[in-house]
Amino acid sequence: MASKVLMKGNEAIGEAAMIAGCRHYFGYPITPQSELPAYLAKHMPKRDGVFVQAESEVAAINMVYGSGGTGVRVMTSSSSPGISLKQEGISYIACAEVPCLIVNVVRGGPGLGNIAPAQSDYFQAVKGGGHGDYKLIVLSPSSVQEMADFTVLGFDLADKYRTPVMMLSDGYLGQMMEPVALPEATNIKKYDKPWATIGARGRGQNLISSIHLVPEDMEKHIEHLYKKYAEIEKNELLYEEYQCGDAEYVMVSYGITARICKTACVMAREQGIKLGLLRPKTLWPFPKMPISKLAQSKNVKGFISVELSTGQMIEDVRLAVNGLKPVELFGRTGGVVPTPNEVLTNVKRLFSIK
Amino acid sequence: MSKKNNKFPLNLVIAGFGGQGVLLAGKLIAEAGLHEGREVSWIPSYGPEMRGGTANCTVILSDSEIGSPVVENPDVLMILNRPSMDKFLPSLKKDGICIYNKSIIEGFTPRSDVKMIAIPASEIADKIGSTKLLNMVLVGSFMANSKAFSEESLAYALKKSTSAKHQNLLPLNEKAILEGAKYI
Repeated sequence: MASKVLMKGNEAIGEAAMIAGCRHYFGYPITPQSELPAYLAKHMPKRDGVFVQAESEVAAINMVYGSGGTGVRVMTSSSSPGISLKQEGISYIACAEVPCLIVNVVRGGPGLGNIAPAQSDYFQAVKGGGHGDYKLIVLSPSSVQEMADFTVLGFDLADKYRTPVMMLSDGYLGQMMEPVALPEATNIKKYDKPWATIGARGRGQNLISSIHLVPEDMEKHIEHLYKKYAEIEKNELLYEEYQCGDAEYVMVSYGITARICKTACVMAREQGIKLGLLRPKTLWPFPKMPISKLAQSKNVKGFISVELSTGQMIEDVRLAVNGLKPVELFGRTGGVVPTPNEVLTNVKRLFSIK
Repeated sequence: MSKKNNKFPLNLVIAGFGGQGVLLAGKLIAEAGLHEGREVSWIPSYGPEMRGGTANCTVILSDSEIGSPVVENPDVLMILNRPSMDKFLPSLKKDGICIYNKSIIEGFTPRSDVKMIAIPASEIADKIGSTKLLNMVLVGSFMANSKAFSEESLAYALKKSTSAKHQNLLPLNEKAILEGAKYI
């Protein structure tokens, strides 16, 4: 195994992106993700890459659309308000089937909000923040290591399915330093891209576009997209179960919050409470079946969605549980992060556990 | 490989003014822990409080996977200014250790249920050659009190974290660490 280096989450994404072969980055600064463009601004030129600080987020996402159309690995990053600005472009990119990686280091919102960690962009990421019928693959890292690993995975899935991929992170993961074993360049998969617009000499014209004026043509195209999404749902689901085997209560939590829940699980066991955790690593596709299975288990008395929002992911948890067991929420919002003790206290309160 | 040890997980908060080397002190401790094969995490304050001129970071050294990177009740505090003492001393675990810069922190009420280690860090740093070394004096005391890593691991971390053009400053930093280590 490669030796580990101490890196900030934002920097780990930058390094992993270059290892994955990304040589095109377009972005606009915003806290708490600015270490990522800063890292790439410094290192991209040394590796013959392109780093552009665009005039706005709207410009940046459209530069991603353009260069992605040539088949190169391309990324952008921002934080909540900046990602809102990119939504029109993301919808175009999804429709035109251009592979790219979009990183959202989520901060407190709505509005300009603050720069503290939050998970209140779940709906925007998972339900399609832009207009129209489309999906993003949404990856949710929970450590600096996963920020590096999921960057490589994100580029891979984007190329494999010709689709935009979003990494949904948060301010804490972006800012914290942890040991990371960087991915090996030799393990990076390469994909043929016969659709890329790189000159039509000797072949027919390629067209990358998101306009389908005839409704029947548009419908056909959307059906094509949804066939692809069904494949992704079948093949690419990632999640982790922690102490779920004999659990009476199961928390569902992702990202930084899942780590806090893990500590809460350990504390609960010390008090004789059988608490488990299901951590989605992909938020879309969402781990519907694993949650449904737990809901059918005799042991499980209830679920708690623990998230840094007023309750967004809980809707997907409820759909998966489908009324079989109660589903409660423990959320802090606006940039407030709960302690493990606070999580456990609220789990006990919600289910009247003594 | 790390040995199982009941010293761990060890949770540390370092706090002071921006510019006192709070974040670097934390990074060195994290690097030294990593060098000994431990799980480590380092998280800075990056919110509005940082814009107000104060800085703090939380470092965790552990033998197992680290859950929350932020801790309510640290085992050890390293305090570099008075506002940080007022803010963090109440959060220190009972029987915890508070290492602080006595030179500029006075007039507060110490706790009797924790170990208070008062170090004239500014004076020591000045005597060695630069006030800037005061964070190293405190890191030295942390090493001696926590026994979380060896002197060699800290020296390795220091060397690794120092840019090529500043390698000539290593002996001064090491001296500051050794002076600090006398305060236990």
